[in-house]
Amino acid sequence: MTESVTTTASTSAGTGKPFLELKNLQVHFPTDDGLVKAVNGLSFTLERGKTLGIVGESGSGKSVSSLAIMGLHKGSRAKVGGEIWLDGAELVGMSVPEIRRLRGQQVAMIFQDPLSAMHPFYRVGDQLVEAYRVHNEVPKSVARKRAIDLLDRVGIPSPDKRFFDYPHQFSGGMRQRAMIAMALMCDPQLLIADEPTTALDVTVQAQILDLMMDLQKEFNSAIVIITHDLGVVAQMAQDVVVMYGGRVVEAGPVREIFYRPEMPYTWGLLGSIPRVNRGGDHRLKSIRGTPPSLINLPKGCPFQPRCDYQQHVEGHSCTGEVPDLLQIGTEDHRVRCHIETGQRKKLFTEQIKPNL
Amino acid sequence: MSTSTAAEQVIRAGQGEALLEVKGLQRYFPVTRGIVFQRQVGAVKAVDGIDLSIHTGETLGVVGESGCGKTTTGRLVTRLDEPTGGSITFEGEDLTHLSRAKMRPFRREIQMIFQDPFSSLNPRQTIGTIIAAPFQIQKVDSEGGTKKAVQALMERVGLNPEHYNRYPHEFSGGQRQRIGVARALALRPKLIVCDEPVSALDVSIQAQIVNLLEDLQDEFNLAYLFIAHDLSVIRHISDRVAVMYLGKVVEVADRDELYNHARHPYTHALLSAVPEADPDALAHRERIRLTGDVPSPLNPPSGCRFRTRCWKAQDICAEQEPPLVQIGAPGHQAACHFPEERDVI
Repeated sequence: MTESVTTTASTSAGTGKPFLELKNLQVHFPTDDGLVKAVNGLSFTLERGKTLGIVGESGSGKSVSSLAIMGLHKGSRAKVGGEIWLDGAELVGMSVPEIRRLRGQQVAMIFQDPLSAMHPFYRVGDQLVEAYRVHNEVPKSVARKRAIDLLDRVGIPSPDKRFFDYPHQFSGGMRQRAMIAMALMCDPQLLIADEPTTALDVTVQAQILDLMMDLQKEFNSAIVIITHDLGVVAQMAQDVVVMYGGRVVEAGPVREIFYRPEMPYTWGLLGSIPRVNRGGDHRLKSIRGTPPSLINLPKGCPFQPRCDYQQHVEGHSCTGEVPDLLQIGTEDHRVRCHIETGQRKKLFTEQIKPNL
Repeated sequence: MSTSTAAEQVIRAGQGEALLEVKGLQRYFPVTRGIVFQRQVGAVKAVDGIDLSIHTGETLGVVGESGCGKTTTGRLVTRLDEPTGGSITFEGEDLTHLSRAKMRPFRREIQMIFQDPFSSLNPRQTIGTIIAAPFQIQKVDSEGGTKKAVQALMERVGLNPEHYNRYPHEFSGGQRQRIGVARALALRPKLIVCDEPVSALDVSIQAQIVNLLEDLQDEFNLAYLFIAHDLSVIRHISDRVAVMYLGKVVEVADRDELYNHARHPYTHALLSAVPEADPDALAHRERIRLTGDVPSPLNPPSGCRFRTRCWKAQDICAEQEPPLVQIGAPGHQAACHFPEERDVI
């Protein structure tokens, strides 16, 4: 870690500002068919040493948000609004050369598909070395030593030989490890993992998740893990954000989300997954319909066309206006739903919980 | 889903003939070297001697890591691929080496649903043409014409029959998988091989398709060979489950027996690796961590194939291959020298 980074980290800790803070992030893509509103007002905070899980179906805007934190929409036609504060620096308004200095150094990303995220023509080791030498003026031999160290650290056998292999010579799990090693080359303080284990088998997934948790303890980094797998979130995250149609529909500590969820979409998600520790021939509670188009978002609540609990709301506010993301209870649990809190709690304990 | 107890299973296995019986099935893919004078230098033993049986109306789940041979097994059963050895018997008829023409009548009985709903539908054909293809190939005339039959099928799987003339790209992933289900269902088969039918879908859509498959099974008394890597889905849908590792079946049992009283260390490792959507349960669970990757099927380890990653491995494991033997409850078989029960989930 370079000195300047260390000082800024300590000052920001001193002022009590969160390490990562997103304020009303919006990402819109103009297309021939109309404006694609991929993210509409995403806000969350994350401290160092903590893990935030972002859950949602495809098209809910989770990956697009992570690309925005990396500044990877710059230079595209995407319109990014709102604020992203990382360690006292605002990223949305930052120029490309500035954010390029941060990438790798402060923020690093692990992509879903390690085969397409690594360059097939270059040796794995050389790609790691390059990542290091972009940010640090060191001779190749130093960078190589560090690369071999990290390959060893992420559990690649005989790393000094594997350093010279090409990505296709690695198995899927090893490629994902190599990519984690690449992301860690410059000791980033924030690690964004976009579906890091979706392409992997359960046994390898368990290894990778363990590795990420170990490394987090060691480097005290913050992790944003984006996934559709609720099991992965339950294992990794302290806080969870549930996204739907480009909006946060529910957010809170992991135990609140899994044991006291209040948004009908979260109920649907929890009901639609089969459980490995429970038998029985119950039917899965699927959510009817399909996720909305981001060009024509439904009027009012984004989940309203698929929601089965609208009769509990008086009037037509479900179809009329977007509910606010309101805090409930004492813990930082926020829900976007028109149904009244007491009623939601009652519905959950009476109708939803027995079937989970 | 039919709810069959272990006892019923045994009775059925003893009395009725299985719908599909697979014995010693093998598929070796030759590895050659040289361009003009190709010579075989080895073989990838994708499937290396497996026995399976499926009864009418039953779901057999096949689970394992990638590269363990589950998909190849599905392709061999549907005879999309030619087995190297062993036999496949369907309703008493030997299908193992039938020619394409002789195989054709059996294709009505055995259908397949594929993993990727994007590449398994021809983008240049309308949905109507795709679902009508089985009728045309098999020269089946249905009452009221093919179009009516196709539209009835579309309605049954939850598609709007008015979308008859649309193209696959106009549908979402879940809807496309419904098209695949309708096509497989067209000729009222007895057995459908489902190769990872829900793994490409979002969770809420996945539940819709799983429910649809279960409803269709009840309605048409279908048997499924359900191949998946997701142990939760397998537990939900299967009556019996076979666990595969490197081309071999290492454990097979009734669903609840397997999940609650697994005997093979590989099954233990698989089950303990599943992240359950239950933070408190996860915190209390014993976790077995396998190290390394699955060995290459080109050169599998001697004796027990799992021994290189097994924490119980002894000398005997390298010398002798453990046979798949009956252990515990009826119908429960495991291939391990040191089988024992262990509470993992």
